[in-house]
Amino acid sequence: MFSLEAINVSKTYINHKALDNVSIQVEEQSIFGLLGPNGAGKTTLIRIINQISVMDEGKILLNGEPIKPSDTAMIGYLPEERGLYKKMKVGEQAVYLAQLKGISKNEAIRELKKWFEKFEIGSWWNKKVEELSKGMQQKLQFIATVMHKPRLLIFDEPFSGFDPINVNILKQEILKLRDEGATVIFSTHNMASVEELCDNIALINNSKVILSGGVNEIIDRYKPNIFKVSYTPHKSIDLKPNAFELVSEEKLGDLHSSRIRLLNGTKPNDLLTALTSQVEVHSFNEILPSINDIFIQEVNQSPNSGNE
Amino acid sequence: MNKIFLIIQREYLIRVKKKSFIIMTILGPVLMASLMILPAFLADWSEATHKNVAVLDETGWYYEKFKDQDNISFYHVHNDLETDKEKALYEKGHLLLYIPKTELSIPVYAELFSNGQSGLNLTTYIKSVMKREAENKKLLASGINPDVIKSSKVSIKLSNIRVEEGGIEKKSNTEVEVGLGIFGGIMIYFFIFMFGVQVLKGVMEEKQNRIVEIILASVKPFQLMMGKIIGIAMVGLTQFLLWIILTAVFLIAFQSGIFGGSSDTLDIISSQSQISDLAVGTTTGVNDPFTMATEIISGINFKIMIFSFLFYFLGGYLLYSSFFAAIGGAVDQDADTQQFMLPVSIPLIFSVAMSGVIVNQPDSAMSFWLSMIPLTSPITMMIRIPFGVPIWEIAVSMSLLVVGFLISTWMAGKIYRTGILMYGQKVNYAIMWKWLRH
Repeated sequence: MFSLEAINVSKTYINHKALDNVSIQVEEQSIFGLLGPNGAGKTTLIRIINQISVMDEGKILLNGEPIKPSDTAMIGYLPEERGLYKKMKVGEQAVYLAQLKGISKNEAIRELKKWFEKFEIGSWWNKKVEELSKGMQQKLQFIATVMHKPRLLIFDEPFSGFDPINVNILKQEILKLRDEGATVIFSTHNMASVEELCDNIALINNSKVILSGGVNEIIDRYKPNIFKVSYTPHKSIDLKPNAFELVSEEKLGDLHSSRIRLLNGTKPNDLLTALTSQVEVHSFNEILPSINDIFIQEVNQSPNSGNE
Repeated sequence: MNKIFLIIQREYLIRVKKKSFIIMTILGPVLMASLMILPAFLADWSEATHKNVAVLDETGWYYEKFKDQDNISFYHVHNDLETDKEKALYEKGHLLLYIPKTELSIPVYAELFSNGQSGLNLTTYIKSVMKREAENKKLLASGINPDVIKSSKVSIKLSNIRVEEGGIEKKSNTEVEVGLGIFGGIMIYFFIFMFGVQVLKGVMEEKQNRIVEIILASVKPFQLMMGKIIGIAMVGLTQFLLWIILTAVFLIAFQSGIFGGSSDTLDIISSQSQISDLAVGTTTGVNDPFTMATEIISGINFKIMIFSFLFYFLGGYLLYSSFFAAIGGAVDQDADTQQFMLPVSIPLIFSVAMSGVIVNQPDSAMSFWLSMIPLTSPITMMIRIPFGVPIWEIAVSMSLLVVGFLISTWMAGKIYRTGILMYGQKVNYAIMWKWLRH
């Protein structure tokens, strides 16, 4: 059981407000996406949850209790800008990082061996970090983030710099960790991965949460109620003016394709009924916005956008 | 607390295992020992060649005055310069001293021919003999008996005796004290810089390769900073300890090994100084200089010296390394450190620069205040201590140093905490001041 809640968190740096009354709710064993343009305040919020930065106002609750210093042992954090000690050996370094998270040396070595086997990188143990390629270093960082079996995982842009094969491995691992009981917070610009992985999201822009909720629910909220139908023969359909609106139509070879918006609570079946009486329907799809579209739309609409 | 120990451990081990540490640890004592051994060794070595000097004295003034020395023998020749030159210089170690006839009343010119190096001992001896003889002749010419002058020559021996509380009297010798004081001060300066810069570099490394954010998700910034500072301090102490032990080992090994235990280094050094005494022609002092030196050295309280060296090294290091940590946390690039390093180094450089003044007047008001202010006290007090400083002054100075580094680490912690996560900002003093007050 693990849930995280941020309530009215505010943070002001010397010359700007980084977070303004931000509240998010992360349910246990879910994947939560934290979205927003650069400079919106995502990293500040993540740092506050990790107790790297101190908030000015507000509360962070873990399982309903205010967060305390010892909670860092339960959190695994992979920052966006991440590095390792270049001169240190791979194994030593990972053990050190795990020890800082509060697990014993022996346990760290045992756990690490398991992960090294899984990623097939056992031969790296005595290499210096500077001898590894960037992708290899990122694998090591990922292991260092998860090896102490944290209940809450926080990834800041986890996929940047990984090749597609490794991105896939990581995604699988993250989903697996979630299924094993971990709660995951993601911060990313990669909208495709958000739709694929996240259960809930919050969109932060200019230090404020401007949109939050379940991914499906948000898509539902933003859908324009437009259906794309293709049919034969080529002809315009006769539609009831108060129930439907023809957005566009075009000829695609033998098929005729139209986009029709449903108005005033009209149901898709009403459209189908209207269509089947007039033409031969070949396909019928609802047009759904992508999270990417919603992101751009919301950020552009919010005041002061583009100032950061 | 467990976490700060982990950090100390890492900072310590990573440095102690480095090749450069091991090399420095071995090289330091070798250098130190060779500084002590080499002069004696060289003196011993150079004296192995015996010199035969033929004296062709056309004036007839000097030839009888040259007496055979340990490694130098003189003999007279009476032909002309060309013949004698050819005869005398038939092999290495043979020289010809030619004193030509002159129109001057007292001849003061001579030529020394050799087919190798003539050596400083020989030339000094020849010059001193001729000088003494010429001076005597001049005195006689003015009607003064040189023996009168000789007997009127006195050598003043001034023993500084410090009366301490309780009436305990201690013999002191300013030269030895100056040497010890300046040596201690310079060592502290050197150590503070050497290990302070390691703190700076370590902090910058963590910031530049961005591991700091991962670490800070586990520990507090202050823990990370102090862990690094303490870890490096322990590296310094380890190195210092190893240097002392190894230097002693090398010295003992050298003495018993090379000289077969029969003659020790000090003897050689002393015989060397006696030769030069003889060469200059002064009468040797009543007291053997070495018994004097040991007496003085035993008069200096080495327990206090070593304790205060360790204390001022640690205190000064903690004070300055916290500044260095703050700088390392604040800047992004190596090049930016320079502008902040300079003002931090000024008090240190100033105290070293003032060391000459302080050894001359170890009790002046300036010396007193410089040894009280925490920024300068580690070096200045170290210079003053061999001269004898009242215990209360040392106590006040040490307490002020402790207060000083508590304040400096607190301030540095605030700058470090903000700076370490700040990238791409050009830092100046105004910004640091804001961080400090934030």
